[in-house]
Amino acid sequence: MKKSTMLGLLVLVIRRDLILAMRRRADVLTTLVFFVMVVSLFPLGVGPELSMLRKMAPGVLWVAALLASMLSLGRLFLADYLDGTLEQMMLAPQSLSMLVLGKMTAHWMVSGLPLVLMAPVLGLQFDMAGQALGVLIIGLLLGTPILSMIGAIGAALTLGLRGGGVLLSLLVLPLCIPVLIFGAGAVEAISSGLSIVSHLSLLGAMLVLALVFTPWVTAHALRISME
Amino acid sequence: MAINWFKYSAPTTFYGLAGKLIPWFAIFAAILFAIGLYIGFFVAPVDAQQGEFYRIIFIHVPASILSMFLYMIMAGYAALGLIFNTRLSAMMASAIAPTGALFALISLWTGALWGKPMWGAWWMWDARMTSELILLFLYLGFIALHASIDDPRRADRAAALLAIVGSVNVPIIYFSVKWWNTLHQGATIKFGGTSMHVAMQQSLFIMMLACWLYAIAVVLARVRSIILERERNTTWINDLQEVRS
Repeated sequence: MKKSTMLGLLVLVIRRDLILAMRRRADVLTTLVFFVMVVSLFPLGVGPELSMLRKMAPGVLWVAALLASMLSLGRLFLADYLDGTLEQMMLAPQSLSMLVLGKMTAHWMVSGLPLVLMAPVLGLQFDMAGQALGVLIIGLLLGTPILSMIGAIGAALTLGLRGGGVLLSLLVLPLCIPVLIFGAGAVEAISSGLSIVSHLSLLGAMLVLALVFTPWVTAHALRISME
Repeated sequence: MAINWFKYSAPTTFYGLAGKLIPWFAIFAAILFAIGLYIGFFVAPVDAQQGEFYRIIFIHVPASILSMFLYMIMAGYAALGLIFNTRLSAMMASAIAPTGALFALISLWTGALWGKPMWGAWWMWDARMTSELILLFLYLGFIALHASIDDPRRADRAAALLAIVGSVNVPIIYFSVKWWNTLHQGATIKFGGTSMHVAMQQSLFIMMLACWLYAIAVVLARVRSIILERERNTTWINDLQEVRS
């Protein structure tokens, strides 16, 4: 009984946030367009040689995904904070961590998943091989939820501050470095014929770790910011 | 006899204690700096492989070690403040941050100065250098978050949470950077194999101690100003001699 209500709550929060996001589709698209633009700027900056671009592709796509996910983090709690919904969520008898987990999941579906789906197309622009593209997508699928979850801590800490967006990136980016290293590293490993198991396992381990701890830490951060 | 262990955990009493301790720490730090630098520059012999350049380790190594230790101490104070809700712990955490960032910067700077003649490059993406750089970012994030929140209580608690999350992340970052580097290339330089001269060890040890004393003196001085700033509306602050005059 208890478990089903928790799960029900999770589904409810995710549905609510998805509906809200669909009402403001422009926000979602902005992040995606930003991602595409940043990636497209690199060949213009470093030159169009395909051999170099192929080598750079995983790093460029990952850094761009990292930056794009920072962009949308500011909105994670802001609307609910401004209209008072967040306060009601904190007063609710249900676990705040669970609510937060729901919001994180919805945020990933709205801002992380489109990037994952878009990445192969951009990878083709960089002349990536099919196998490498596959690894890139698996890596992004494992990694982008971690970015959303770590980012949520920063979003909760900087809630309602002036200059929150830049500050948020300053706080969160250093913490995301391991994800970047293993995500881009996996693609590089497959390109040079090495095993990708270690990279992806570590990404998976970080995902599990983040899944357990970040909702709880974010809930604490929200309580600090709201008191 | 009952000892009141928590006597100096109140800003009121700690303010006076810190004021009495600062000169001692500062004087001993200055003396040890002088001795350590003298041994380092004039007594310690020239290194067989690195020539005179190696002498930069006498400041580089203590700075690196302190920058890491201070982060853990800062996170420890932050955790104490968050758990027990003590005012002084949070003040200590925010007093340590600038000194830690300074040591991280000195460590990177001197590392670059050493790297140019030895490796021929100011910067290598070596695992240790990269994680030191990330440590500096973590310090800057802590300071920036604390500075951008006006309410001191919220600033303390938010920055404390960030410091704790950061300290949990430090080992993960360190190992990921290490593996990232070894996947690319072998270790660029290895220290093993050469035993240090006694004078080098002495100088290094004395400089380490001097840096610790300096850090403590500066942190205490900074925490005193933070106490003055935070408690400016209380009577005991206004009764202080230095405030009255």
